[in-house]
Amino acid sequence: MKLKKKKRGGGSYSSSSMSDIVFMLLFFFMVTTTMRDEEIMVEIKLPEATEIAKLERKDLTCYINVGTPIIPLQSKYGTDTRMQLNDSFKTINDIRDFVAAKREQLSEADRVKLTIAFKMDLQTKMGIVTDVKQELRRCQALKISYLADPPKK
Amino acid sequence: MAKRSTPELNAGSMADIAFLLLSFFLLTTTMEQNQGLPRRLPPMLEQEEKERVEIHRRNILQVHVNSADRLMVDGKPMEVQLLKEMVVTFIENPNNEETKPEKEDKEVKGLGIQKVSKGVVSLQTDRGTSYSMYMAVQNEIMKAYTELRNTFSSAKFGSEYNKLTEDQQESVRGMYPLNISEAEPRDTGKSKKKK
Repeated sequence: MKLKKKKRGGGSYSSSSMSDIVFMLLFFFMVTTTMRDEEIMVEIKLPEATEIAKLERKDLTCYINVGTPIIPLQSKYGTDTRMQLNDSFKTINDIRDFVAAKREQLSEADRVKLTIAFKMDLQTKMGIVTDVKQELRRCQALKISYLADPPKK
Repeated sequence: MAKRSTPELNAGSMADIAFLLLSFFLLTTTMEQNQGLPRRLPPMLEQEEKERVEIHRRNILQVHVNSADRLMVDGKPMEVQLLKEMVVTFIENPNNEETKPEKEDKEVKGLGIQKVSKGVVSLQTDRGTSYSMYMAVQNEIMKAYTELRNTFSSAKFGSEYNKLTEDQQESVRGMYPLNISEAEPRDTGKSKKKK
């Protein structure tokens, strides 16, 4: 029997499927991506907790960041604990506007589901945390979540 | 008509473009999922309706954390790690002690009339308490409730609370409602504020 010998081509192979693979990866990352929407200006090390639950929907969450300013900003803002809303340092009195602005963006049905996420450094004193909570109660924003990290093993 | 030969598209650079986009998304991606302890704040009461809700002394577990992050439960100092057991026995009250919370008959969704503990954990902090200590205490209390709910749901439905259906979870929550009352913080270190 005579077997037909295949001619072996030298080295060149089709690379057109490469783009398919890369596109597949691309779509995966596009779907899972969430853009970094705000620049964190305070140093935050979250406390650890075991009984934590995932935040349900990101678009219904707004963050209140509390901590000491990051080192490059310390010359300007000092080392006292500050609160950051959106992209600037704010005081307790600004929370009302912050929550109102966030509510404005949401549809009528989603407004009650608005969750305020407390992103606070573990060295923060409870005084400021309580002030924030009292102000939120005044604004009727009652759904909150204390962000925490799962404990490291 | 003359046959037109369609020029073949060189797809080699396609991968390059896709890679470029891919690396952009790789860099901007944050995969981190935020996790946290969910809570509901009590609504702010108007001045007129600010009548105090009377709770019997035996139904309250007083948890104090002072400005030096020391924990005191019902007047006795305690380690954080032991708080969970304390809360579990407080809510459960297995021996129906006089000093532990009473149980009332309550309609629980899907389970009919059940004996539900009236126990409330009252958490009082100081303005100087650190957030990490506060979270540790909150976490310990939450652990106790998780344990209570898990024990109950294992006995009743045969699986852990997390694996139950929505309706079953609601029933279990009805059996063990999360009752944490947070008093206004005290300001022991500095001048006393009147509220």
